[in-house]
Amino acid sequence: MLLTGAEIVVQCLQRENVKYVFGYPGGAVLHIYDAFFQQDEIRHVLVRHEQAAVHAADGYARASGEVGVALVTSGPGATNAVTGIATAYGDSIPVVILSGQVPTAMIGQDAFQEVDTVGITRPCVKHNFLVKDVAELAETIKKAFHIARTGRPGPVLVDIPKDVSAAKCEFHYPETVTMRSYNPVVKGHQGQIRKAVKALREAKRPILYAGGGVILADAADELTALARRLEAPVTTTLMALGAYPASDRQFLGMPGMHGTYEANLALHHADVVLAVGARFDDRVIGSPEHFAAEPRTIIHIDIDPSSISKRVKADLPIVGDVRHVFADFLRILDEEGLSAPSEALAPWWERIEQWRARRCLAYEQPSDGLIKPQYVIDTLWKVTKGEAIVTSDVGQHQMWAAQYYRFDHPRRWLNSGGLGTMGVGLPYAMGARFARPEAPVVCVTGEASIQMCIQELSTCKQFRLPLKIVNLNNGYLGMVRQWQELFHGGRYSESYMDSLPDFAALARAYGHVGIRVDHPADLQPVLERAFTEHANELVFLDVRIDPRENVYPMIQGGKGLTEMILSADDL
Amino acid sequence: MRHLISVLIENESGALSRVAGLFSARGYNIESLTVAPTEDPSLSRMTIITSGSDEIIEQITKQLNKLIETVKVVDLSEAPHLERELMLLKVRATGKDREEMKRMTDIFRARIVDVTDTTYVIELTGNQGKLDAFIQAIDPALILETVRSGVCGIGRGERVLRA
Repeated sequence: MLLTGAEIVVQCLQRENVKYVFGYPGGAVLHIYDAFFQQDEIRHVLVRHEQAAVHAADGYARASGEVGVALVTSGPGATNAVTGIATAYGDSIPVVILSGQVPTAMIGQDAFQEVDTVGITRPCVKHNFLVKDVAELAETIKKAFHIARTGRPGPVLVDIPKDVSAAKCEFHYPETVTMRSYNPVVKGHQGQIRKAVKALREAKRPILYAGGGVILADAADELTALARRLEAPVTTTLMALGAYPASDRQFLGMPGMHGTYEANLALHHADVVLAVGARFDDRVIGSPEHFAAEPRTIIHIDIDPSSISKRVKADLPIVGDVRHVFADFLRILDEEGLSAPSEALAPWWERIEQWRARRCLAYEQPSDGLIKPQYVIDTLWKVTKGEAIVTSDVGQHQMWAAQYYRFDHPRRWLNSGGLGTMGVGLPYAMGARFARPEAPVVCVTGEASIQMCIQELSTCKQFRLPLKIVNLNNGYLGMVRQWQELFHGGRYSESYMDSLPDFAALARAYGHVGIRVDHPADLQPVLERAFTEHANELVFLDVRIDPRENVYPMIQGGKGLTEMILSADDL
Repeated sequence: MRHLISVLIENESGALSRVAGLFSARGYNIESLTVAPTEDPSLSRMTIITSGSDEIIEQITKQLNKLIETVKVVDLSEAPHLERELMLLKVRATGKDREEMKRMTDIFRARIVDVTDTTYVIELTGNQGKLDAFIQAIDPALILETVRSGVCGIGRGERVLRA
């Protein structure tokens, strides 16, 4: 039977078991929208800005582990999507973006709503395609999903000219796809793995340093099993919070610029570092020269060879899928019948406990003073029993959420770690809610970030998404203000926002519940009501926090892991 | 260190810009780049001359391999190999310079492939050093145009790069 290109798009998405498409219609995708109108299997979520379409698809992917799908029109539809695409690329999230394009005969003629979408997105996608013939459409979409979800995942864009979505051809969806140029490694090198196990067994001061790759590979259980066998401390990056239970004694917290004292010192002083799905980026180790000055053996597992020895030279590189490699580690440990290393590691743990005793995240909430942001996240954690999916935007609130919400499970913490995109929080929460309709979803944001995608409150109303938004409102671009205070002589250049809206009233104008919170004593009861009395409504909590509060610990950009500022007293 | 990297890549529109974009986006040097289809028209072969520390060259080969359309990457300069570049040179050839230009062409085993009353076009093949030496050897005032193909490379002996 002959199908139009638009019908083929819909058929392909159904075959890929796509349940939601986040999108926004326009001229070049009218045929595709017409085909969507005539089917019931896939639900289209109409956002209010294309950036949010890609962020929501990205959030859906992060929360579910499935490929997220976004659909946008040509020209401005595609350019608006670029920030979303680059954000997904920054954190290696599997998303397929379908974009409309002007008819093939008009490409290159500066037509209405024409841009070179494939050219503009090339540096921020894992791969992209321009489909010039309807006969290639089905196979191209199959390849797009295959590339997006395998290897190191990432966004893949398929640009579809309007005449291609109108043209007809026989539909055949390939069951599998083989590409001679693309065959990601899955199994790790057995000899290297044996050497790594030996190094870990002989280590006196080991540490497991896990990054977002562990979440992407769904290898949290294997990480936990390995850590327990080795009795080694674990630190997980901002992207890997939840890959290891935060409530466990072996967990040291997050490393890096705003990491814990114990995580940073343990990472620095370890004799064997098992880096897995992590990339020693500038926000984690600061200066690579400072880090490299301390001798240690580095085992680096990653599915992407280009992540290995990029910033820090690995002694034992292992290319492969983390889950498979960990399974091999555990099997080899079983074969060798490793006895408990408790005694050998006792002095190391003693040092770590001394570092932990500094209680670097301690804070005080005066009962009648300003609300402390740390107290807000702490209370949120208590009220949600640590079980919520938490999204954040970018800035101080993001770091406080990462530090004070103790994640015990993977795929519960969604934020833009690589690109650091303000505005992701609300659309991530939308995507997460569609992925996990039974789970409480909280967006922790700030008064600056939330305004970068606030139009999505309208989408939330249309789709009755009972999200809880916790706006840590300090009236400043908080992280910018913090850097200006510490490193620019207190010259607060453009980091203060005058004339902010009344957020609670704004939320109500969109049809939601909006509540302003000014006093510490009000916080917990209001939060509890948000999840009980208003369980089925979106609740926007505008929480007025102490505007002078800074995020600590902190390592200044370019400094090393041992050069932490623990509080204002260290300055 | 100078390196010569050969890439087999799917012969698809956009493949060249992915490679060129990779070099500019990551700040890698690119001295010359040649590309043309192989005996299998679905595959193109690129030869890239670049330079950098060992770490940078390692990243370059890894990043090239990471491109979805890349089939194979090899650093030819790691082992014995041949390099050839083609140059076409249009020179002024009048009076006593006409005879001198013919002599230089013979010495360098180049060929004159176009002749007019006043000009020659000289074709010269060799490695980069030989081409540079020829340009050095003739009077610069007589050079009207220079066009060079960029370097092609191939491994010696049984060393073969195929899909």
